[in-house]
Amino acid sequence: MKDINIEEKEREFQAKIDADIKIEPNDWMPAEYRKTLIRQISQHAHSEVVGMLPEGNWITRAPNLRRKAVLLAKVQDEAGHGLYLYSAAETLGSDREASIDDMHAGIAKYSSIFNYPTLSWADMGMIGWLVDGAAISNQVPLCRCSYGPYARAMVRVCKEESFHQRQGYEIATTLANGTPEQKAMAQESFNRWWWPALMMFGPTDAASKHSALSMKWKIKRVSNDELRQQFVNVTVPQAELIGLTIPDPDLNWNEEKQGYDFGTINWEEFNQVVQGNGPCNKERLDARRQAKENGMWVREAALAHAEKRKAKMAS
Amino acid sequence: MSSNEWPLWEVFIRSKQGLSHKHVGSLRAADAENAINNARDVYTRRSEGISIWVVESKLISASDPKEADSLFDPADTKIYRHPTFYEVPDGVLHM
Ligand SMILES: [Fe+2]
Ligand SMILES: [Fe+2]
Repeated sequence: MKDINIEEKEREFQAKIDADIKIEPNDWMPAEYRKTLIRQISQHAHSEVVGMLPEGNWITRAPNLRRKAVLLAKVQDEAGHGLYLYSAAETLGSDREASIDDMHAGIAKYSSIFNYPTLSWADMGMIGWLVDGAAISNQVPLCRCSYGPYARAMVRVCKEESFHQRQGYEIATTLANGTPEQKAMAQESFNRWWWPALMMFGPTDAASKHSALSMKWKIKRVSNDELRQQFVNVTVPQAELIGLTIPDPDLNWNEEKQGYDFGTINWEEFNQVVQGNGPCNKERLDARRQAKENGMWVREAALAHAEKRKAKMAS
Repeated sequence: MSSNEWPLWEVFIRSKQGLSHKHVGSLRAADAENAINNARDVYTRRSEGISIWVVESKLISASDPKEADSLFDPADTKIYRHPTFYEVPDGVLHM
């Protein structure tokens, strides 16, 4: 009896998804749908939060006040994105604190791109242009995701992201049009970020283990390889426009597919970074753990203050 | 859940004078004042609002989606509540 019930519910659920009706927090959903979303949304939230670290590294060393104000605003936005996403995950019954602790323990993942170091100011340009650019390509289709709170959070995030990419491209453009040293700095940085940016779209469609179900449930709406191809197609002309060279000898315009062919991604490097062996994995996790531990007194003090006020008001 | 986690609040924002407050999301804060300040930072960084309401999430009562049919179906059959239900002769103005 019970099984028939679940089957019926699953059918109704899939019919809603197929009709593009959004799923809301209290609606019935398959356990696996909930689990997949919690995993994806909390990973996304962790990425926004850890993503503040590589850029935070340059706030105090921004070359002028305008750049500094912009970088601060951008990093503050990323903190906000983390919050929208943790809230969206909480609507599914995810325990925010536990999921953060899972990340700190290395159990939950965040985007591998943030395990690369930021060695020069040019990296602020490349992160905004390429990393936020790739993130935008991933996030735009998520605005139509089947889960209401996630889709709504993504609409907000995408609105805010649009300046992130532009400020990065502005930095890259300024350096590329600058002195020979500045131009070299931009190219060196571009060389380091190009491939990791392409890895941001995840494994190839053939190797991607979560994709089929996510597509059926409309959590994911465009495949990794398609998104990666779109990104290459729009980014190559942007690089050429400011005189930067793509560090890929196999890059070629393919007239037939109306897109670029490009070289093979180093998946061994990708797997190493995902498994925790990237250049900055340890540093990032240490920084996050310390932030939690060192900030704990603020939480406790605010709660104590709130209790005191409540008691005062009652008396 | 660790005991020193702040409670969850729902945030409502009036985007400009003349419009009602609209739900924008949630956040965690120690108390109402703290929630309003956090909501200012999280949800109004680009002048999205001129007024903020916050309410602790646990204080909200919601209808059950499973009962949506029995709750809302009766309204579906009463199409005579809409002006388009009525026939009005051609040439009638201001109605
Ligand atoms: Fe972001
Ligand atoms: Fe961003």
